[in-house]
This record gives sequence, structure tokens and C-alpha cells, in this order.
Amino acid sequence: TMASPDDLKFQEFEEATDLLLADPGASTLSMSGSSSTAPAGATGDIKLDMSDDEGQEESSELLRGEKQTSGFWTFEYYQSFFNVDTMQVLDRVKRSLVPLPGRNFIKHTLQSSPDLYGPFWICVTLVFSLAISGNLSTFLNSLGSPDYHYRPQFHRVTIAAVVIFLYAWLVPLGVWGFLTWRQREERQQSGYSFLETVCVYGYSLFIYIPTSVLWILPFEWLRWLLILVAMVISGSVLVLTFWPVVRDDTQVTAFATVATIVVLHALLSIGCKMYFFQTATRTPVPTLAPNHTAPQLTNKTH
Amino acid sequence: HHFAGLSDVSISGDIPVEGEINVPVGTPSQDKEYSTLDEPVKDTILRDLKAVGKKFVHVMYPKKSSALLRDWDLWGPLLLCVTLALMLQGGSVDSKEDGGPQFAEVFVIIWFGSVIITLNSKLLGGTISFFQSLCVLGYCIMPLTVAMVVCRLVLLGGSWGFSFIVRLIVVTASFSWSTFASTAFLADCQPPNRKALVVYPVFLFYFVIGWMILTFSPSA
Repeated sequence: TMASPDDLKFQEFEEATDLLLADPGASTLSMSGSSSTAPAGATGDIKLDMSDDEGQEESSELLRGEKQTSGFWTFEYYQSFFNVDTMQVLDRVKRSLVPLPGRNFIKHTLQSSPDLYGPFWICVTLVFSLAISGNLSTFLNSLGSPDYHYRPQFHRVTIAAVVIFLYAWLVPLGVWGFLTWRQREERQQSGYSFLETVCVYGYSLFIYIPTSVLWILPFEWLRWLLILVAMVISGSVLVLTFWPVVRDDTQVTAFATVATIVVLHALLSIGCKMYFFQTATRTPVPTLAPNHTAPQLTNKTH
Repeated sequence: HHFAGLSDVSISGDIPVEGEINVPVGTPSQDKEYSTLDEPVKDTILRDLKAVGKKFVHVMYPKKSSALLRDWDLWGPLLLCVTLALMLQGGSVDSKEDGGPQFAEVFVIIWFGSVIITLNSKLLGGTISFFQSLCVLGYCIMPLTVAMVVCRLVLLGGSWGFSFIVRLIVVTASFSWSTFASTAFLADCQPPNRKALVVYPVFLFYFVIGWMILTFSPSA
């Protein structure tokens, strides 16, 4: 019997969120008292004020129980971050590939149960896909040269791992810290937890896995087209997630925040392409041995 | 005298004591367990080697066996890991940076990777124990080690063309075998709707090791 009022409550929340996201300027009624005392008969036409979000989220978290009761030194605490099924992970990946305006990744897809499985294994896969594809592309580039000797270039795995993991954990930390600080300053209510920020960043990196594999094809225009597509898709996931949180802030701050997120994302993708997939048109990266540039220059035009 | 009453009681050696003394005589197997300290070193080593060998056989014909799970040991994985890491050395490159994985890198990838996969499967709610999982993942590297030996032999006859095709087929076959063998052991210990979440990292793990084997290029 506990199930039905909870089900009604959750449906109500989603409906209200949908209505609010579709029409942010709509007038809202604020509910007094906690949401658990909402009359069941008023489900259809109540628009919830944003200030009620915290109350709803808190009570729904308390209902789940595990997150609040285990300390961070117990195994169960970390197990709560891996509480996902195969279908859930696949669903989250699919939603990150198709960002629709109005579909906030955190509010719609995560729904207060962020996981660490997706971000972690997407990062690991991306590290290896970058290193392996980069190695293959260098191999294809220097196939024509006479003094060619295949090099596995295994150190790229280490570099890719450092870059990707730093990006996927430090940047969300910075974004979350900044947003939380602004939220406290402006006394806003809604904000994302650190885990949700890490989660959205992790899932937004998924598009780069097929992109890095396709980067093996040695066509410069194709590579730039792929970067553009990947940046648009994963950038929109991030922008659509963070815009609703910062738009209540001053205009300058809001635009600066979103611009920083996009620029960092662009730097990551362009940097990865330039380092792992060198072509003749690029100036050589200083860490390369000098004899690399000579064979590549001969394959410049196809 | 305080002790007057006690002076009447004296225990002297010539009072006969009667009774039975029973020394527990165990069965022969019990004797063997208690006295493994006294057996020759050769017996100890041979017994452990036999246990390890038995597990190798179980990996080649993967069906649910208790040997790998209950009587886990880490000797086999260590042996395989060191063999693989040693065989992946010896590819010469012009600069140290562009070469294949160093010994330490192979070691770290295999052990660190196994630990991460085990943690992942336990965090997802698996019922397998930590060391059992390490044991299974380590032993299932064996097909890839065999593939490495075959690759080194094939490389004696040249690096490209036919030799590459043969190496590709051998490495692909052994990497699939490794993945299949280890999931046969590990997948049963997972809740049913999370099996793919546990199998994917195992697949990635053996894929990376297979890649290291395939891209091993010998000295010119």
C-alpha cells in the first residue's frame, strides 16, 4: 500500500517538470507544506514551484534509504553508485547520443539515480580507442615510406588515460564547485550533486568512442566533419543540462559559464585529434622524434 | 604448625598410579595433513604444480568446475603474467617511447585490470569472492599466452602478409576463447539483468591484451 501514493507522487513530479520545461515562463502555484501531504485529487493540474524541488528530492532520497545511511568507508556506499541494470545503462547512452531541447539529461535520464559505471567504463574505453585508433592511423599514414618500421606507441595509452580521466573528473569538480558557490550566493534552490555532474560529463563523452574509430580514415575533411558533429552532440548534452541552472543568474555569468563548458569540451576534442591523429598539415608536436615528419609529408595529398 | 595436616599427605614416586593413557591415532590422511612440514620439498612443489596444472586443463575445457573457484590460487596467474610480460619484451625500437609496453606496463595492466574488473563485478552485486575472481581472470589469460608463443614462432618467418594473417587469426581466436572461458565462470555469479555490464569489461581486458600481443613487432 505504500507503493501507490509514491507512484502518484512521482508521476506528478515528472508531469510538472515536463510542463515547466516546455514553458518556463508559465505561472506557477506554490504548494505549502511538504509534498507528501499533497491531496491525491489535485494531481492533474498543479504546477509545482521550483522551490518544491528540494523537498521532493529529499523525501524521495530518504525513501530510497541507502544513500543516506552508509558512511563513505563502507562498501555499500559505493555499491549504491553501481545500482544500474544493463537496460538502464544502454538507455542512458542512447539519450546522450540524441540530445533534444527540453530533455535535461540529469533531470530526465538520471532521475536522481546517477551511476558511476557509465562514466568510468566509457572513459576507459575512450582511452583505449584513442590510443589504438591513433596508432592505426599513424601506421596507415606512414605505410608509403621506405624506412618504415611499425611502432606500437604504447606510451599513448598512458597519456590518453591521464588526459581523459583528468578531464572527466576535474572539470565536473570545477563546474559543480562553481555552480554550488553561485547557487549559495544567489540563494537559488536547484543544483546538481557532484555525482550527477560527473555522470553527465561521462555519458557525454560516449560519442567520442565511435568518432575516434572513424578518425582512422585518412581524410582531413571527414575528420573535421566528425569533430564538428561530435562536439555539437556532446556539447548540446552539456549545455541543455547546465543552462536551466545558470540562466537564473546574471546574463554575463550565465553565458560565461556555458561558454567555458563548451570551450573546454572543444579543447579536449581538438587536442585529442591533434595529438593522436597527426597529419602532414599539422606542425609536428615536439615530443615526436624528428624522423616522423619526413615520411608523413610525402603522403600529404591523396 | 599451619601445615601439620599436609605433612601426612605426601606424593612420593613409589605410589603406583593406575589409569590408561590413550594417544589418539589418526587415519593416514590426517597424518599427512599434520606432517606436511616434514615431507620433502619436492612433494610440496609437485602437489602445488599439479593443482595449477589441473586448473590449466579446466581453462582449456571451460565448464563449471569447482577447482578454479573453490581452490583458488594465484600461482598460475603470476606465472602466466610474468611469461607474457617477458615475451612482450625484446621488440626493438629506435626510441624507447614509441615501443611496445614495458614489463611494468604489462604487469600493471594485467593485475590492476583484474582488480578493477573484480571490484566492478562486486559493486554490481556479484557473489563471487575477490580472490576467486582474480584467480579466474588470471588463469583465463592462458589462451593468450599460448597465442603469444605461436606469434613469436610465426614472426620468425617474417612480419607481414601471410604471417600477419595467421597472427591475426590466432590472436582473435584465443582472445574470444579467453573471454568465453572467463564469462563461463563469472557470469553465473551475477544478477541476471546485469550480466552484460560485467562481461563487457572482461571483453575489453582481453581485447587490450590481445592488441598488445598482435602489435608486438620484433627487432628488425
